[in-house]
Amino acid sequence: MRSINLSLQVTIKFLFIIHLLSVNFVYAGAKQTINIAYLTQEQKVPPPMSNLDAFIKDKGILGAELATDDNNTTGQFTGQQFVLKKFIVPLDGNVVDTFNKAIGDQYPYVVINLPAGQINSVADLPSAKNKLLFDVASIDDALRNEQCRNNVLHLLPNRVMRADALAQYMMKKRWNKWFLVIGATEEDRLFADALRRAAKRFGMKIVEEKTWEHTYDARRTAQSDVAVFSQVDDYDVLVVADEQGLFGEYLEYRTWNARPVIGTQGLVATAWHRTHEQWGSVQIQNRFKEQAGRWMEEQDYAAYLAVRAVGEAATRTQSTEVNRLKDYMLSDAFALQGYKGNPLSFRSWDGQLRQPVLLAAPRSLVAVAPIEGFLHPKTELDTLGYDQPESTCKWSK
Amino acid sequence: MRNTFVSRNACGGDFSRPLAQWATKVAPTAVFAILSIAFVANAQAETVFVTLEKDNALAVVDPIAGKLIKTVEIGQRPRGIAISPDNKFLYVATSDDNTIKIIDAETLKAVGQLPSGEDPETFAINPAGDRLYVSNEDDSLVTVIDIADKKVVKQIKVGVEPEGITASPDNRWVVSASETTNMVHWIDPKTNTIVENTLVDPRPRALGFTPDSQQLWVTSEMAGTLMVLDVKTKQIIKTIPFDVQGVTRDKIQPVGVVIDKDSKRGYVALGPANRVAVINAQTFEVEKYLLVGQRVWNLAFSPDQKRLYTTNGTSNDISIIDLDSQKVTKSVGVGNYPWGVAVKP
Repeated sequence: MRSINLSLQVTIKFLFIIHLLSVNFVYAGAKQTINIAYLTQEQKVPPPMSNLDAFIKDKGILGAELATDDNNTTGQFTGQQFVLKKFIVPLDGNVVDTFNKAIGDQYPYVVINLPAGQINSVADLPSAKNKLLFDVASIDDALRNEQCRNNVLHLLPNRVMRADALAQYMMKKRWNKWFLVIGATEEDRLFADALRRAAKRFGMKIVEEKTWEHTYDARRTAQSDVAVFSQVDDYDVLVVADEQGLFGEYLEYRTWNARPVIGTQGLVATAWHRTHEQWGSVQIQNRFKEQAGRWMEEQDYAAYLAVRAVGEAATRTQSTEVNRLKDYMLSDAFALQGYKGNPLSFRSWDGQLRQPVLLAAPRSLVAVAPIEGFLHPKTELDTLGYDQPESTCKWSK
Repeated sequence: MRNTFVSRNACGGDFSRPLAQWATKVAPTAVFAILSIAFVANAQAETVFVTLEKDNALAVVDPIAGKLIKTVEIGQRPRGIAISPDNKFLYVATSDDNTIKIIDAETLKAVGQLPSGEDPETFAINPAGDRLYVSNEDDSLVTVIDIADKKVVKQIKVGVEPEGITASPDNRWVVSASETTNMVHWIDPKTNTIVENTLVDPRPRALGFTPDSQQLWVTSEMAGTLMVLDVKTKQIIKTIPFDVQGVTRDKIQPVGVVIDKDSKRGYVALGPANRVAVINAQTFEVEKYLLVGQRVWNLAFSPDQKRLYTTNGTSNDISIIDLDSQKVTKSVGVGNYPWGVAVKP
């Protein structure tokens, strides 16, 4: 009787130990492979505005590569291997063809660095149904709202998140009266919409609104046109919407009244910036620069986070299965380290990555939004962008 | 003149008045000497060394007098600091010099340096005092150094951005935490290989063993938690969240952790929450939050464990906590960006 008890005890103890060990990682023998595709299309080199900043062809991809290295460093301890395969569609090529044929069934996770207009033409393909796509380039609001898709997660802060971040800062500074200057492109009009929404949300007043209709030639524009253009009723701050940077840089120091410039030029709202060095970000800035030979750009950061999100979910779930990882990523348990203090996570209602937004001047990080004092019942990060009650995204999970 | 501040408790009271009046006639340093002898008779003379990241210097503090004695040039961007078990040498990671300097603890002169690998920040010395383990953050490595030979014994591949590192008092384990991999790696110091890995909360920063080497305490900067791991099973047995009234959650970023010699209480520095959490090491309850300076990072006990010293990165001072009364008694201005702290009896 006693001996039975004893052997039973030993067995139970043994099972207990086995159970405990199974959660640990002792160079797990059976390897899991996680295949991630990176899809982008070559871009036309835009006409240079100045010789200061060279055109960067490979924004995004280097971030995805660094994250794959990081995932594999972790993977060596968890028995998981991450493989990144790049698909770069030529300028005259067809993205949909590449997606259907080359990417095929092999890659359940696809990082897409494509213009906003092409994202849903990929996401709606039958071959994309059982995949999880990571949009690392668009900042489009409609893609997070009425145009949202339940197989797409968005990594960069969208226009309304950026506008809210700027508005919070302006509110803190009591720059209540805005002079809104809008460029001629459709994107500029969309950002102006986001700014108007933010102004309303935070009780700011747009006292004057003008569209830039002058030339984009610095020699003609900068001194004469801007001074005339900016002779409007009194305002606290000039808020500019010029996403392509066609004229915004000419505004600062040249306005009729001495006023700060904020928006797409001057003080900008961004997911990442070279001046950012808090919360361990010096480490990733260094690691990226060593590998890439240049500073990390927003799309690099977004692609880094996308691939790290797959890594983090795979490590924690010990799975490679797309639905399992997606559920985990959209759950409360998911916490992604993004070098911005707060853990990052995805909004379950629209797939947008909730994150702090940096407010940066060219050589100094000015503030990080959400600005202290803007409160939210769940997380202050949701004071930026579309909160759950406002969202018009209806994705059936 | 630095912002040196001595609390009234240390030299106030009726009894001190005649002495103080007499003392005004002599040099002020003599006042301190006499007062220290007269009123803090049972406290041993001890010296606190603080690395000043942005001053490229080492601050030397008399914690009993609550006074900065001097600052000494030490090298580029000093961060991690430790004292040898025999208290003869200080080791200081001068990150931008890519080395760990050996400093004579009496003369404060450099007497040698160790091949730490690139950008050394944190490191640990084993109990025997013959091996030093360095985290090389950018290269995902732990470098093992033989102190006597001043040579690299081995480089061990660990997770991404290794940060906190510690050796167990029983010399059985060296544990390294990697911030981006979110793991602690259990290294066997006999073979210098990783034997096991435990997945922990995001951005593990610092770790410390209980004196009996049975538990490992690990702080998570991003989750704002302290995890207690059982050394036998390598499993988390308790996760302790921190919640400070009036402080938002993202400001609670636990970093340094120490546990007293009786395993009665542990202390965790909460970074920009400007608090040190006092944890009952038996029940794992948070007993108290002590308000210290800004962005508190690293902690060290006095040799008799009657006091705890904290480095406060952005208020440029150290706080001195009296552990009997569990109160912050003094803060001493030391210089720009105090980072690491070591104490010599």
